[in-house]
Amino acid sequence: MAATSTQRGVTPIRPAPRKTLPWPIQFYRSAVGRKWVMGVTGLMLLGFVVVHMLGNFKAYISPESIDHYGEALRDMGGHLVPRTHLLWAMRLGLIGAFALHIHAALSLTLMSRRSNPQSGIDGQKKYAGSQDYIAANFASRTMRWTGPIIVLYILFHLADLTWGTRSDEFVRGEPYHNMVDSMSSLPVAIIYIVANLAVAIHIFHGTWSAMQSIGINNPRINGIRKPVSMGLAALVLVGNLSFPIMVQAGVLDEETSEESAPALVLSEEVTS
Amino acid sequence: MSGSGNTNVLNLTLKVWRQEGPNATGSFDSIPVEGIADDMSFLEMLDIVNEQIIEQGGIPIEFDHDCREGICGACGVMINGNAHGPKKGTTTCQLHMRNFEDGDEIVVEPWRASGFPIMRDLVVDRSPFDHIVESGGYISVNTGAAPDANLIPVPKDASDMAMDAAACIGCGACVAACPNSAAQLFTSAKLSHMNLLPQGQAERWKRTEQMVETMEQFFGACTNHGECTEACPKEISLDNIAFMNRDYLKSKVKNRKLTGQVFP
Amino acid sequence: MSLLNSKVPSGPLAEKWDNHKFSVKLVNPSNKRKFEVIVVGTGLAGASAAASLSELGYKVKVFTYSDSPRRAHSIAAQGGINAAKNYPNDGDSIFRLFYDTVKGGDYRSREANVYRLAQVANDIIDQCTAQGVPFAREYGGLLDNRSFGGAQVSRTFYARGQTGQQLLIGAYQALARQIAEGNVELHTRTEMLELVKKDGEACGIVTRDLITGEIKSHSAHAVVLATGGYGNVFYLSTNAMACNTTAVWRAHRKGAFFANPCYTQIHPTCIPSSDEFQSKLTLMSESLRNDGRIWVPRSDDDKRPAGQIPEGERYYYLEEKYPAFGNLVPRDVASRNAKTVVDAGHGVGHLENGVYLDFSDAIQRDGLETIKAKYGNLFDMYENITGEDPYSVPMRIYPATHYTMGGLWVDYNLMTTIPGCYSIGEANFSDHGANRLGASALMQGLADGYFVLPYTIGDHLAPKLGDDPVPTSDPVFTDAVQGVSDATDRWLGVNGSRSVDWFHRELGKIVWDNIGMERNKADLETAISDIPALKTEFENDVRVPGSGANLNSSLEKVGRVADFFELAELMARDALEREESCGGHFRAEHQTEEGEAKRDDENMAHVAAWEWNGEGEVQTRHVEELVFENVELTQRSYK
Repeated sequence: MAATSTQRGVTPIRPAPRKTLPWPIQFYRSAVGRKWVMGVTGLMLLGFVVVHMLGNFKAYISPESIDHYGEALRDMGGHLVPRTHLLWAMRLGLIGAFALHIHAALSLTLMSRRSNPQSGIDGQKKYAGSQDYIAANFASRTMRWTGPIIVLYILFHLADLTWGTRSDEFVRGEPYHNMVDSMSSLPVAIIYIVANLAVAIHIFHGTWSAMQSIGINNPRINGIRKPVSMGLAALVLVGNLSFPIMVQAGVLDEETSEESAPALVLSEEVTS
Repeated sequence: MSGSGNTNVLNLTLKVWRQEGPNATGSFDSIPVEGIADDMSFLEMLDIVNEQIIEQGGIPIEFDHDCREGICGACGVMINGNAHGPKKGTTTCQLHMRNFEDGDEIVVEPWRASGFPIMRDLVVDRSPFDHIVESGGYISVNTGAAPDANLIPVPKDASDMAMDAAACIGCGACVAACPNSAAQLFTSAKLSHMNLLPQGQAERWKRTEQMVETMEQFFGACTNHGECTEACPKEISLDNIAFMNRDYLKSKVKNRKLTGQVFP
Repeated sequence: MSLLNSKVPSGPLAEKWDNHKFSVKLVNPSNKRKFEVIVVGTGLAGASAAASLSELGYKVKVFTYSDSPRRAHSIAAQGGINAAKNYPNDGDSIFRLFYDTVKGGDYRSREANVYRLAQVANDIIDQCTAQGVPFAREYGGLLDNRSFGGAQVSRTFYARGQTGQQLLIGAYQALARQIAEGNVELHTRTEMLELVKKDGEACGIVTRDLITGEIKSHSAHAVVLATGGYGNVFYLSTNAMACNTTAVWRAHRKGAFFANPCYTQIHPTCIPSSDEFQSKLTLMSESLRNDGRIWVPRSDDDKRPAGQIPEGERYYYLEEKYPAFGNLVPRDVASRNAKTVVDAGHGVGHLENGVYLDFSDAIQRDGLETIKAKYGNLFDMYENITGEDPYSVPMRIYPATHYTMGGLWVDYNLMTTIPGCYSIGEANFSDHGANRLGASALMQGLADGYFVLPYTIGDHLAPKLGDDPVPTSDPVFTDAVQGVSDATDRWLGVNGSRSVDWFHRELGKIVWDNIGMERNKADLETAISDIPALKTEFENDVRVPGSGANLNSSLEKVGRVADFFELAELMARDALEREESCGGHFRAEHQTEEGEAKRDDENMAHVAAWEWNGEGEVQTRHVEELVFENVELTQRSYK
C-alpha cells in the first residue's frame, strides 16, 4: 500500500503482517488462513462426529456389540502400541482441532467486530432498514451460537458418559448400560435432542462453508456442495437423535443390557 | 400518445441518514416526498427531494453518483436494509421507483463499515478498494513492452471466466451487505480476473498474497454467508472467493519456494 | 496562420510519426525524475498518460473529482475499440483505418494526426491484452473482431458490452502500480478550478478538495488536461452527471484556443426522457437498428397504442426516404429524421418525444429465441428503465448527445496554444474532425495517453532541465488561489431562489433547441442572445446552499454550469460562422435537395479555433487550413 496514494485515508483496523515469521504462522495470522484452519479442523471434527455416530449404531445390533466396540477402540493398534495410546493420540488430535477451531472462530469474530462497529455480533443487523438477510440462512447466522452450545454439550456429554460424574449408576466400560441409564431420564434425553439439533445446524453451514474456505470449488461439484452439506447434517441429525428417542421409546432398554452385562468386566485403570 | 409509458405517482416518506462530516454524529431525518413518477430512477427521486430542500432553504442530501447507467460504481446506498435496493443485479441508479408502493417508508442509509468511513450523509470513502488494487491488482507491463496481442492464445473459457470476474464495478455493495464487512468478493473478483489469464501468471502468487493481506488490514473476515453475491449489481459469483482461498494458501507456499530458488 | 502552427512533421504520411519521434527532443532517462507533470482527469487518456509518464520516470500528480480513478466516464463506452490488426484477413490496413476515420470525420480532421492514430492503434491492442483486458476470443483462443458502426471490415475489438470499462480498468491498474511504487501522487475528490501561467507558460493548477473545501496550488513543469468532452452543455446527454468542461474552459480563458465547439455528435438510439426531472439519457447499442424497424403513426394525432395502429397507418420514414439503406442510415441521418417527425407532431410516448423501434417483424421472421439471443441484454435494460416489455410493445427511442468532437486546439504534439499545457482524449479536438466513427473514441483516448503524449511531452520538457517548478508561493499561484476562493464566496453569497440544476436544465433546453441536431441562422442568433440573458439571471438568482468548507455538490455544480454558459455561447457562434453542413454540424441552409449535408470544401476546409478576449468580449476566430494530400474529398449519399 502506497503512502502517496491519497491525501485522505482510511485507518486500517489491523497492521500489515510481519513478513519475518515462518510462513505457517503468517498464514494462520491472516483471516483467510484462519478460515482454512476452521475449515480443515471443522471437517476433522465432522469426521469424528460421523464415525462416533456409526460406532454408536452398534447399540442397535446388541449391547455386547457396542461394549466390544468400546473395548476395541481402547485396544486399537493391537500389540504394536501400548493399550489406549493410539486412542489417546487421536483424542489429542481432536482436542487440538477443537482448540484451533475455537480460537480461530473467536479471533475472526473479533476481527469482524472491529471492521464493523455498527453490528455487535454476526447475525445482528448493521442497518436500520427493515430488510432481513437475503442469502444468509438461519444456520450461517447462528454459527456463533450453535458453536458455544456444542462446547457446553460436549462437556456435559463427557461428564455424563465418559467421566461418569453425572450419575452413580455409571459403570466404566459398559457404554450400553450407561447410555440407557442416562437417556432414560427425560430431561437428559431433551438435552441430547436439543444439542444434536445445534450440531446438525452447525454442520449444515459448516460443511458448505469449509468447502468454500479451503477452495473446493469446481463447476462439476459446485452444484452438489449444498446438497452434500444438507445430507450430512440430516444424517447426523437423524442418527444421533435416534438414541435418546429410542431409549425413551423403550426400544433400547436395560433388560437387554443386564443380560449381557456380566459378560464384560474390565479393569478400572484402563477404561478412561 | 400511444398507450405506452404510463406513469403512476407515488407519495413516500424518506428516512434518510444525515451526517455533516466524517467526525460528526449522524441521525435519521424523515422527509415526506410527494408526486414521484414511478418511472423515475431512485437517484432522480433524490434529485427532486434535493431541489425541494434547496427551495425551502435547507441543505441538500449528499450522495455519490455519476454515470447513472450502472457501470461506474459511484452510486450505492442501503435502501430498506438492502444494498442498492430490492431489485437483484441492479445499481441504485438503475433502480426505478416502480419497485416501491405508494405510501412506503423508505430507509436510506450509507454503506456502513470501518473500511468505508462516512464523509457526509450518504457519501463514504472507498479508497481501501484502491489500496487493494495498488497492492497487486495489475499485470506489470510497461507501455510499449507488450508482445503481439495474438501471441498468447487464451482459452475462451478462461477468458470468459476472467471477464465474468472483471465485470466488478467496485461499488462496495459486497462490503456493505456483509454482516462482517468483509471485502472478499471484491478482492477475489479482481484476483480471478488476472489469475485466470495466462498474462497474469508471472505475478500470480505475489499478487494473491499482497492483495489478501491488504484487504485484511481494512475489512472483516468472511463467514461464507453469501450476502455479497446477492447484493452485487453484477452478480459476481462466490466461486471467486473459494478460488482466492485456494490460491492464498498456495501463494504462501510458492512464494517461499520461489525465494528459495532465487536465493539458495 | 502564424498563430496556429500545427507542427505537422514533413515527409510522406506514413513516415511523419517516425520522423517526428526522431526529431523531437528527448529527456535523458536519469533526468526524467527531475520533471514534474500534472495530469488532470483519470479516464482512458488521463490514466494511460499518467501511468506511461510515470513508467518513463517522470514525477506525476494525478487529479480526479471522483472517489477513484476507475469511475471516469470512459467506463461507460460499450461497443469496442478499433485497430487495423487485420486479424480477420479481410483487407484492413493502417491506411484503410486512417481513410475511414478521415472520411467519417467528413474531411475536417488533420491527416497527419489521424494517420498516427491508425498507426498506434495496433500497439494499443497489444498493450491492453498484456495488461489482462479480457477481450472477446474465438474458440482457438485468439482475439475476436466484429464489424462496427457500418465499417466494411471487422476491426473492432470488444469485451462483451463493457469494452470501455475493461480498458479503463486496465489503465487504472497500470496507474495503481505506479501509485504503489510511489511515482504517482493521486488526488481523489479534487477538482481543478484554475490553470496557472507564468511568463506565458503553464506552470500549475489550483484545485479544490471536494471533501474539505481546501483550495490549493500545485506546480509542475507541464500540465496535461484529460478531462473529457462537454456533452453536458445539453443538460440531457449520455454523459455522466459530473462530466464538465471546467478544466478545459479555465484553460481557454487563460489563452488556450478552443477548436470547433460546434461539432457535437448525436446518438440516434437512446431511451427518450420520461419526465421533466430526468437526469440523464441512456444509450442503447446501435446494433438494434439491424433488426428493428423505425416508424411513427402517419397521422399526427393518432393516440392509439402501437399495437392498434394498422400497418397502412404507420410511417416507416427511414425506409420510405432511403430505400437503399433504410433503417441503417448513418447516425446523423437517423437522428435528424427522428427529430423531423417528432417536431411534426408524430412523436410517441406520453411526452410525444420518441419514435418506435419495432421488433415484431424480426421476431416473426427469426423467432423470439433468436432475437432474445442477439439483444436479450439490451431488451432487459430497456424494460428495467421504462417498465415496458420490448418483445410485445415497440421500443421508443430518441437521439441524444453522446460525444463532442470539438475541444482545445492542439498541435501535432498535443500541446495547446499555451506552452506546457497539453490536452488529450475527448478534451482536445484533434482526430475525429466533424464526426467520430464508432469504436474510435476509446482508440483515441488511449493512443494519446499511451503512445503519443509520452513522446511529445519531451519536446517541451527537455529545454527546462535544471529549472525547478515555479514555487507555489509565487504571486501567480497566490493570486490564482485568491481568485478561486473569491469566486467560491461569490457563488455562496448570491442566495437567489433557484437551484443550479434548474438553470442547467434551462440552458440545456436553449442549447438543444437551437444548437442541436439541425441548426439555422435564426436559431443560432436566438441562442446567442438568450444564453447571456439566462446567464445574467443565473448569476443573480442561483441558490448555492451550505458552505465552502465541506462536501457541497451544489457548489461543485455552480462553477461547472457557469462555464457551460460561456461554452454554449461559443458553440452557437462557431455554428453560425460555419456556413456549411458537415458531420455532426448540420445547417439547414446547407443541404442538398435530398436533405443531405452539403459541405463547402472551398471555403470551410479548416479548423476554427477561438481565442478568449476577456470577460464579456466575443472570442476571435482563428483558422487552421486543412490540407488533404492523401485522400480525395467526396460527398456521401445514402439514397
